Amino acid sequence: MRTVSDLPAGVERREIGGQERLATRGEPVYGEPTDGEWRAWDPTRSKLGAMLDLEMDVGLEGGETVLYLGAASGTTVSHVADFAGPTYAVEFAARPARDLLSVAEPRPRLFPLLKDARKPATYAHVVESGIDAIVQDVATRGQARVALENRQFLADDGRLLLAVKARSEDVTRDPGDVFADVRAELEDGYEVLETRRLDEYHVDHLGIVARPR
Amino acid sequence: MTDTEAKGWFAAADRDDEAELVAAVRDGDASEPRDWPRLAIEAGFVDDEAEYYDALHEVTTAATSAVVTERERADDRQLVHAVRAMDDCRRTANELAERLAEWAGTIDEDAETGVEYARDLAGRTPDPGEERVVSLAARVAALADEAEDLEAFVERETPSIAPNLAALAGPTLAARLISLSGGLEKLAKQPSGTIQVLGAEDALFAHLRGQAPSPKHGIIYTHEAVRGTRPEDRGSAARALAGKLAIAARIDHYSGDYRPELEAELADRIETIQARASDDGGEDGE
Ligand SMILES: C[S@@+](CC[C@H](N)C(=O)[O-])C[C@H]1O[C@@H](n2cnc3c(N)ncnc32)[C@H](O)[C@@H]1O
Repeated sequence: MRTVSDLPAGVERREIGGQERLATRGEPVYGEPTDGEWRAWDPTRSKLGAMLDLEMDVGLEGGETVLYLGAASGTTVSHVADFAGPTYAVEFAARPARDLLSVAEPRPRLFPLLKDARKPATYAHVVESGIDAIVQDVATRGQARVALENRQFLADDGRLLLAVKARSEDVTRDPGDVFADVRAELEDGYEVLETRRLDEYHVDHLGIVARPR
Repeated sequence: MTDTEAKGWFAAADRDDEAELVAAVRDGDASEPRDWPRLAIEAGFVDDEAEYYDALHEVTTAATSAVVTERERADDRQLVHAVRAMDDCRRTANELAERLAEWAGTIDEDAETGVEYARDLAGRTPDPGEERVVSLAARVAALADEAEDLEAFVERETPSIAPNLAALAGPTLAARLISLSGGLEKLAKQPSGTIQVLGAEDALFAHLRGQAPSPKHGIIYTHEAVRGTRPEDRGSAARALAGKLAIAARIDHYSGDYRPELEAELADRIETIQARASDDGGEDGE
C-alpha cells in the first residue's frame, strides 16, 4: 500500500558504495557511483533528488508524463527519464544542451527541446496537453511566472514540483521574504500542497509541491 | 475553441520528411498544447503511441542538435577572429597613415598623420603624378572603415555569446578578454589573478625575470572602474573587477544565464574603493 512519502516506482534507496542512497536504473551520466544497473541520484546535485530524499510528497508513482523546465546538462532529468514515462526536457542555453543530447541518446522517451520556458507557445506544438508533472528548476528571475505560464500543459490533477532559488529573484532580500512572494504569486494559478526548505542540500532554495486550481 | 485549432509539429510533413519535421519543431509554435499523440495517430502520421514517441525522440534530438551546432559555430570563435581582425585593421590603418603622411608631405604642405587626413586625401581628384598616393589614402580609409564595421559586429554579437561579461566589461573589452585567453572556455578556467593581468604579458614576464615590479592590471585598465580610481587604489579596483569578470566568464560559459546582480555588486565594491579617496581627502588632504 502507498504511504505518504513512498518513492515512485523505479526510484529506490539502495546500498551503493557502502552508503544508502537514492538510485534509479539507467545509463550513468555524471560519474555517479553505480551498482549493477542502479546509479546513485545525488541530492546535492539535484533539487528534485533533494525533495525526494527529504520525503516531500511529490505525488509521483512512476511512469508519468513529465515536462521538465531548466534541464541544463541533464543531471536530474536523466533520473526522471529513468523512472517516468515520456519526458520533455526544456533548456534554453546551447552549451548545456549539448550534454543534454548525450543524456537523451540512450533514453528513447526523453525529448530535448532548446526553448525558452517563458515562451510556451514556442513548444506547445510539441509538448502534449494533460502532462502529469511539471518539474521546474530554472534559477532565473520570475520563477513563479514561468510556472504559471506553463500551467496550461498540466492535467487538472497534475503536480508542479518547483525548486525556487531565492538569489535568482533578488540577491539582497531575505530568502524567506522572497519565498513568500513567489508562493503568493504562484497561488494565482496553483494550490500549494507542501513547501520545504532544501537547505540541507541546496542553500536558500525552497521546494514546492502544488496542483493547478 | 475556435475554428483555427492549434496544429502539432507533425502536421508539417510526412513521417519520412525529416528535414521538414525538424524545421517544424525548431521554428513552429501553437497557441495551446493538445493531445498530440492521439491527434497524430488520428491524422495517420503514425500507427500507434510507441511509434509516435519514437518519431518525436528522433526529431527533437535532431532539431536540438542542429540549433546547438549552429549556435556554437556562431559563437566565441567568430568573436575571437573578429576582435583580432579589428585590432589588425586599426593598427595597419595607423601605420599606413604614417607612411602616407610622409609621402603626402612631398605634394601637400598641409599633410598630417592620421586616418582623418587619409580620408580627406582619398576624396581628392589626383593631379597627374599623384595617383598612387591618393590611391594609398583610399586604402587607409577603407581599412579604418573595416575596423569600425568589425567593432559594430563585436558590439552586436558579444552580448548574446557572453551576456554577463558584456554587461560588466562592455562588449568590446569582453571580446578582447575572450580573444586574449583564446576563447570563452579558456577564460572561464582562468583564475581572477590571471584575468587581472591579461594583455600585460610583456610586463609580467619582465617581472618574472626580476626586471620590473609585478603589473597590477592588463587590458582591464581601460575599464572605467580602474581608470576612474586614483592611482594608489587602482590595484584594489583591478582586483575587484577581475574577480567579478572571472565569475561572469564562468556563468557565461557554463550556464549562459544573465545575472544583473553582478553589475550591482561590482558597482558597490568600486564605490567603496573610490570612497577611500574622499575619506583620506577629509583627513589629511592628500
Ligand atoms: C539550476 S540549473 C538546472 C539544473 C538541472 N535542473 C539539474 O538539476 O540537473 C538552471 C537551468 O535553467 C536554465 N534556464 C534558465 N532560464 C530558462 C528559461 N527561461 N528557459 C529555459 N531554461 C532556462 C539555465 O540555462 C540553466 O541551465
